[in-house]
Amino acid sequence: MKAPRKVSLTVNGEALSGEASPRMLFADFLRDVLGKTGTHVGCEHGVCGACTVIVDDVAVRSCLMFAVQAEGADVKTVEGLADGEELHPLQKLFSEHRALQCGYCTPGMLMTAIDLVASNNALSEQDIKVGMSAALCRCTGYDGIVKAVTAYAEQVHGKPIKRESDNG
Amino acid sequence: MKPPLLDILTPSSLAEALSLLSEHGDEARPLAGGQSLVPLLNFRMSRPAILIDLNQIADLAYIKDAGDYIAIGAMTRERSIEDSDLVRKEAPLLQEATTQIAHLPIRNRGTIGGSLANADPAAEYPAVVLALECELVVQSVRGERRIKAAAFFEDVLTTALEPDELLTEIIVPKAPSGSSSAFVEIARRHGDFALAGIAAQITFANSAPTDVRLAVCGAGTTASRLTAAEEIIQRDGVGPEAIKAASEAAASAVDPMSDLHASADYRRRLTGVMIGQAVEKAAQRAGVIS
Repeated sequence: MKAPRKVSLTVNGEALSGEASPRMLFADFLRDVLGKTGTHVGCEHGVCGACTVIVDDVAVRSCLMFAVQAEGADVKTVEGLADGEELHPLQKLFSEHRALQCGYCTPGMLMTAIDLVASNNALSEQDIKVGMSAALCRCTGYDGIVKAVTAYAEQVHGKPIKRESDNG
Repeated sequence: MKPPLLDILTPSSLAEALSLLSEHGDEARPLAGGQSLVPLLNFRMSRPAILIDLNQIADLAYIKDAGDYIAIGAMTRERSIEDSDLVRKEAPLLQEATTQIAHLPIRNRGTIGGSLANADPAAEYPAVVLALECELVVQSVRGERRIKAAAFFEDVLTTALEPDELLTEIIVPKAPSGSSSAFVEIARRHGDFALAGIAAQITFANSAPTDVRLAVCGAGTTASRLTAAEEIIQRDGVGPEAIKAASEAAASAVDPMSDLHASADYRRRLTGVMIGQAVEKAAQRAGVIS
């Protein structure tokens, strides 16, 4: 009954499959079975956001999902962002704004930000701060992360976002 | 931390899910969004042999206009409730509370039925369904029954659901005209479990409150209505004196727990403070006070 079963899914546009026992978390399946180690595992109970990936167009914690629940899913991980050597626009902005230091949280930050920006075309800087609090960073103090995501939201939605620092 | 050894069954229809629940009873737990259950499994606070995954039952996820009420399927994601124009218009308290649940990636998976059936004392939805006087539709192979929100929450993580029963629909009465609402909560960081929160649903006629419902979460073993505070507001209105008296009545009515996040005394004080904030906000939104 608890024997491994086959899970077939699409990851970054590629059809993949692997074996997972029912208790296996989706985060572990991505890393240990499919070899997609770009997705990082932090707290393993949904608090830190390091394992966030896009499943069927929305950001989810891959540590709060079972691998067998990903059957048939369309998944995007950090490995799917760059086009060859050409970084994704959000990755470039993370680099420009020094939005990472050790990098452990970065894959989850990127996937969290992509869904946050896609979900709302009228984000304020405060919305971005609240939204990015879904993922924990213990290096940067968030300043660069908020700047990078704000710049990304401006690019995606084509309109400026007022910064708190604009008040003087 | 990994979940314990278990099996996952994936029914594709409600009938199949109910039959599996009936067959496995206490051995099994329904798996909704998993945003609370998976951590509980990891911490071994729950050790079911079998999970019955409800995520493939498409007809348990809906938000329908049913005339006097909105019918919400138990597997409706919190994000769908947050984004629903129908909910925003007809049950604004539910919409406002939803935006305060955890973070977007959690709301993308978490469901209203899962949150209610889990009955975490600090969760937002139990307080909302108490304040809106919702009914919860419960099904099993034995049939269907409706449970009033006031009779659903029994203790910490304990509800009136029998082991073979599944919460399938939430009946949310539309807010009457002239009504106003507010949901306020305080957490140490945005997205954390609330230390305490208040759901306020107030109907006004000629600027006087005619129906006052105040519910608290995080300040006891279950969410609960604060009837003494409700009576004061209903009798004396929303002036500063009445709000102060209602805050004091609310603070003395609750019996919060102490934990590493906050002491019982602090939660009691917060309950009083937030009653004031919630009533004022609802009254401002109704244009009754400025």
